[in-house]
Amino acid sequence: MRYAMAIDTKKCVGCSDCVIACQTENNVPLGFCRDWVTETVDGTYPNVSIELRSERCNHCDNSPCVRCCPTGASHIEDGGIVLVTQNKCIGCGACIQACPYEARYSHPDGYVDKCTFCIHRVRKGDKPACVAVCPTRCMYFGDLEDPNSEITNVLKNRKFKALAPEAGTNPQIYYLI
Amino acid sequence: MKEELFVSGRNIPNIDPYLNIWHWQIPVYLFLGGLAAGILFFAALFTIMGKEKEMPAAVRTAPIIAPIALILGLFALFLDLKHKLFFWQLYTTIRIESPMSWGAWVLMAITPLSMLWVASYVKELVPGWNWKYRLLENFETFIIKYRLWMAWMIIVLSVILGIYTGILLSAFNARPLWNTSILGPLFLVSGMSTGAATILLMSKSKEERRTMSWIDLLLIVVEIFFITHLIMGMKAGSQVQIDAVSLFLGGQFTVSFWVFVILLGLVFPAILEIVERLGYHIPVVIPVVLILLGGLMFRFIMVEAGQITRYLY
Amino acid sequence: MHQISDVCQTMNESHNELFQMKTRRDFIKISALGLGAAALTAGASKMGMGFPLLGSENEPGSEENTLRRVPTYCEVCFWKCAGWAHVTEDGNIIKITGNDDDPQCNGRLCPRGTGGVGMFNDPDRLKTPLIRVVKDGEQTYREASWEEALSLIASKMSDLRSKYGPESMALFMHGAPGTHFSHLLKAYGTLNLAAPSFAQCRGPRDVGFEATFGESVSSPEVTDIRDTRCLVLIGSHIGENMHNGQVQEMSQAIDNGAVIITVDPRLSTAASKSKYWLPIKPSTDIALLLSWIHVLIYDDLYNKEYVSTYAEGFDELKAYVKKFTPEWAYGITTLKPDLIRNTAREMANAAPSVIIHPGRHAAWYGDDVQRSRAMAILNALLGSWGNRGGFFFKEGIKLPEFPHPEYPKPAWTWKDLLNGKYPMANEAPTNLVIESSIPTGDQEAKIKGWIVAGTNLISAIPLKEELSKAMQSLELLVVVDTMPMEITGYADVVLPECTYLERYDDIRATSHREPTLCLRMPAVEAKNQTKPAWWIAKQLGERLGLGAYFNYTDFSEVLDWQLKQVGSSLDEMKRIGVKKLSRESSPYLEPGTSHTFKTASGKIQLYSHELAEAGFDPLPAFTKHPEPEEGFYRLIYGRAPMHTFSRTANNPNLVALMPENSVWINPQVAKIWGIKKDQYVWLKNQDGAVSNFAVKVRITERIRWDSVYIVHGFGHHHKPLHFAYGRGVNDTELITNVMMDPIMGGTGMRGNFITFLTEDPGKEVEA
Ligand SMILES: Nc1nc2c(c(=O)[nH]1)N[C@H]1C(S)=C(S)[C@@H](COP(=O)(O)OP(=O)(O)OC[C@H]3O[C@@H](n4cnc5c(=O)[nH]c(N)nc54)[C@H](O)[C@@H]3O)O[C@H]1N2
Ligand SMILES: Nc1nc2c(c(=O)[nH]1)N[C@H]1C(S)=C(S)[C@@H](COP(=O)(O)OP(=O)(O)OC[C@H]3O[C@@H](n4cnc5c(=O)[nH]c(N)nc54)[C@H](O)[C@@H]3O)O[C@H]1N2
Ligand code: SF4
Ligand code: SF4
Ligand code: SF4
Ligand code: SF4
Ligand code: SF4
Ligand SMILES: [Mo]
Repeated sequence: MRYAMAIDTKKCVGCSDCVIACQTENNVPLGFCRDWVTETVDGTYPNVSIELRSERCNHCDNSPCVRCCPTGASHIEDGGIVLVTQNKCIGCGACIQACPYEARYSHPDGYVDKCTFCIHRVRKGDKPACVAVCPTRCMYFGDLEDPNSEITNVLKNRKFKALAPEAGTNPQIYYLI
Repeated sequence: MKEELFVSGRNIPNIDPYLNIWHWQIPVYLFLGGLAAGILFFAALFTIMGKEKEMPAAVRTAPIIAPIALILGLFALFLDLKHKLFFWQLYTTIRIESPMSWGAWVLMAITPLSMLWVASYVKELVPGWNWKYRLLENFETFIIKYRLWMAWMIIVLSVILGIYTGILLSAFNARPLWNTSILGPLFLVSGMSTGAATILLMSKSKEERRTMSWIDLLLIVVEIFFITHLIMGMKAGSQVQIDAVSLFLGGQFTVSFWVFVILLGLVFPAILEIVERLGYHIPVVIPVVLILLGGLMFRFIMVEAGQITRYLY
Repeated sequence: MHQISDVCQTMNESHNELFQMKTRRDFIKISALGLGAAALTAGASKMGMGFPLLGSENEPGSEENTLRRVPTYCEVCFWKCAGWAHVTEDGNIIKITGNDDDPQCNGRLCPRGTGGVGMFNDPDRLKTPLIRVVKDGEQTYREASWEEALSLIASKMSDLRSKYGPESMALFMHGAPGTHFSHLLKAYGTLNLAAPSFAQCRGPRDVGFEATFGESVSSPEVTDIRDTRCLVLIGSHIGENMHNGQVQEMSQAIDNGAVIITVDPRLSTAASKSKYWLPIKPSTDIALLLSWIHVLIYDDLYNKEYVSTYAEGFDELKAYVKKFTPEWAYGITTLKPDLIRNTAREMANAAPSVIIHPGRHAAWYGDDVQRSRAMAILNALLGSWGNRGGFFFKEGIKLPEFPHPEYPKPAWTWKDLLNGKYPMANEAPTNLVIESSIPTGDQEAKIKGWIVAGTNLISAIPLKEELSKAMQSLELLVVVDTMPMEITGYADVVLPECTYLERYDDIRATSHREPTLCLRMPAVEAKNQTKPAWWIAKQLGERLGLGAYFNYTDFSEVLDWQLKQVGSSLDEMKRIGVKKLSRESSPYLEPGTSHTFKTASGKIQLYSHELAEAGFDPLPAFTKHPEPEEGFYRLIYGRAPMHTFSRTANNPNLVALMPENSVWINPQVAKIWGIKKDQYVWLKNQDGAVSNFAVKVRITERIRWDSVYIVHGFGHHHKPLHFAYGRGVNDTELITNVMMDPIMGGTGMRGNFITFLTEDPGKEVEA
């Protein structure tokens, strides 16, 4: 199993519903976030283009955050989900430094927190909260190793990119372009 | 015009607008670790070389600093942890790939060793010292007997510790400024140089001072060589690395880096030592303090500047 | 006995206190009462010290199983998506999710709906009734019991009724509380009920479409976006305008490969997803529309069969648009003739599965009914009305009214106040009611008392002076709100309503693709002393001797009764939240059958006799509007997906997403002014009105060089709004030139020009 997410930048409207849904689903304290939305504007009026991207932990295949963790709090679960075990985390911040995507933050309670791919929902067969709420349905989540999954198909049929591939982390959030 | 922004208003404390998750504790920790590594390295080295007599400060006096520095360093690290009461989790596992982990383990090994080392010399250092308990007296005899063994262990561990202080940073590919393998040797050399300087300061023997000042000069030259290498390497690297090193070349850390680290921390003390060597009298504390401050400053700058450098946004 | 006389006594006192202020009603910040909010820390979460003794194993959502799910529909905007409030055992609402069975949201709320929890948790919420009093010569509020506040209002309303007749009371409303107070005021004897959703919003569009098709596009709009092949958005910025169903369907349309054409002076989010973006010069849309009509007719692209079957007035139209060539429009709109022709062709190719979207907020330039008419005509030429992928016919279900005596017939209504103005206004324009509340010369004002429920007139109505004069002259001003918004500071009595998550309201009985019923019920007990609107209305009714109109103890009885009339029940609805009913009529025109449009002649009015009779252009005319002078820029405004007007400006969850608005400036303009990114500037308009606060600059290629853009709803100056106070700028205070639509009284707001002040003008801010 290899969970991944694909996000269609052609449909995302940057509404940030994915951000607030994550916040209420996962009790992310206000002022912090596990996902966020960026906008890149290119060109000169009136030849202008926008790319909107909902971003979060890339659940990298080659995850430096896990490697650098001195306690094993950061680890990889089945399906490639990168997780932090709260009561193993000492809050040293190494994993925060290790992540090229600034995807982790130091929770006010001391441990490091980040996107869990909503593993508590995924295990029950639900979609992650952000995916489930997205009004434009521009987010796809599923198992890349399943040849029939929606995400496998969408990646087969569309052009895509990942963020900062040069960082060498092999990110697993794909942006359909 | 190209414009990049967060639509969902990201403003996470210590993460945005740029990373600032490690504060003063980490550079202090790295500095003290490097200093201790330097001191212990020379203590062990001269012991192994059988030069205990010629190098009394290096072997006996200066090492007193080592356990103190190590404990203070560990304490600084502890202060930096955000989930402090889980500190012990560091010692429930060994994570080979995590510099933080083997740093913790190396410290776990070298700190008691450095204490034993000091203990083995305590009678020479403090006249009339008495261990009071028979068991301790026996133990002392035991460690004195195996000092050479200890020296071998210490020399290995101190090199690991010294390199570790650099690798702790260079392991983070995500911070382009740190992403260079030169940091390990560079921090090792820099740590040794601060160690050597400390020995120099504590030494009362002219001969020893001469040797240490030679060594220090040499280390400074090597350090400058490594720093040049670092800058050249970065400039020849990827765009993010070019952006990273530009912090020192016109960017916001230019003055602090060139003035405090390079000029005052390396070049100027080197000149002072050469001048001294040429026969002029220079109070030894001046170059030594400059080297120590330069070393500390270097770590502060590397930690601060490195966190600013990033791949995205 | 003793208690009642006590209450009467204090009531008389406050009554007297209130009377002292007949002439001047100062704006009071409610914080004078120390009702201020709780701590304003970064998060609701306890700030951890990093010293927990035992961490819990990270199993997020483990409490999930103990959550209760209570049906509701959202009140953060007027799309009214059905959802579930998820409630913990200790009565905390932790999240709100969409109801899968609701065709209006398909199980997905928009960010504002998801953030609805913030409305419930907002520490700044109104907590108790407040009564205006004079203390040491200064006006202030004091906390009051419901008994006292209600009795005071009722006695004052009785006075007004006997002195001036019940028609002297007016209601300003928006959203759910409106229906309860409408019922109260109708029973009391007035029909002066106004909502900003007419004259400030969709009024011009509705009147324009009614004049053409005999029917408006309703809310939720009957646009068949999900099946369209071509969607034309004229200013309508779906995606930022986060009306849920439309956003979802636009995305489906993108998936289906529909062509999107967006006409907007700004690269809206929708424009960035469009095949064609027409960066029009603001205020020139009618010229573009006329030239599109020209191309369709003269290039023979229109749907002849449809037009000949269903429409009338084609020949007049054809003759009229002869001169409106794309070349003519180019000179006005700055859009290249080719672009105009190509886009017209795209529409024709897709027809009849094409939507010239009428937009929603249409009060732009004062000729808005005519612009809407032009859009309607375009739709008619393409044959989209009544066809798949165009506009479908809605079907709904009407719930019978809970039995009550007949409403008395008022001696006069707002229509009698028109005096020949706005002949086609079919709802009361708020501005009319406001003007009628101001005495003229020695003429007493016709309207003497207001209840304001669910609208923040201060930021919704661009007539600052009239509004303030009117409020000064009133004898009674009651505001029912959940938050200490600006309008509450003018009230004689402030009544705190509980949020939508804590109350029953009317059943949402939607007319759309299929009829649906939807329940809102309390998910938790109402916080503090807040009460639902139905309860407040009933209490007032009883005190006004109108108890017969409120013949129930709890509103759930009304709902249960109503639901049972249509074969459901409150119990069933509590379980399912949403009930879809099947439709009986066809959503589209059936080929070969005739269809009678709801116009006077039964046909689509390309040429409008109705307008002609009322003395207006029967075919839409382009009028040139003033342009900004040197150094000034047209102020255009719109929505951000994370906020609804001003109502969410203090919602802590949504503030975290977007704490303030910014002024969008083209890089060229920024360069001329030497303005830097993220710098704060003040804005001053053509009449010298200066913004209360400084606003952050966004330098972006998304906006033209002759315009600036801001998101409406920010710049609050009421201090009790701790999260919203002083954040960003309020467009309304810069809209002093209002271009009235003579046809229906719409308040066109886009004829204002601003310039930048880079230094603090030192303006004093009320509150
Ligand atoms: N300058 C400018 N003016 C505009 C617009 C614009 O874009 N720019 N837009 C126009 C449009 S399209 C519209 S529709 C109108 C909207 O105008 P309004 O409907 O007045 O919008 P809000 O400013 O959100 O005010 C809503 C009020 O209702 C209160 N409220 C929220 N929930 C409840 C509740 O459950 N019960 C009660 N009792 N009160 C509640 C809020 O606290 C707030 O005070 O504004 C119009 N005015
Ligand atoms: N997130 C969110 N969504 C909302 C609301 C909200 O408060 N928040 N409010 C809801 C309500 S009540 C309404 S009425 C709707 C309003 O939503 P719409 O009807 O979509 O909005 P408008 O205000 O008409 O249009 C704003 C757009 O018009 C463009 N514009 C400005 N001047 C001109 C011009 O001269 N010509 C053209 N072609 N375009 C121009 C602006 O650049 C902007 O993109 O939104 C609804 N949806
Ligand atoms: S919810 Fe969907 S459309 Fe909205 S910002 Fe997130 S990914 Fe984009
Ligand atoms: S995105 Fe960052 S936190 Fe997530 S797996 Fe990759 S490196 Fe780790
Ligand atoms: S902060 Fe926690 S999860 Fe991150 S590296 Fe340190 S111990 Fe591991
Ligand atoms: S997958 Fe879950 S945890 Fe990750 S961003 Fe989405 S909602 Fe948040
Ligand atoms: S569109 Fe959003 S704010 Fe409006 S009712 Fe639906 S969920 Fe609520
Ligand atoms: Mo509106």
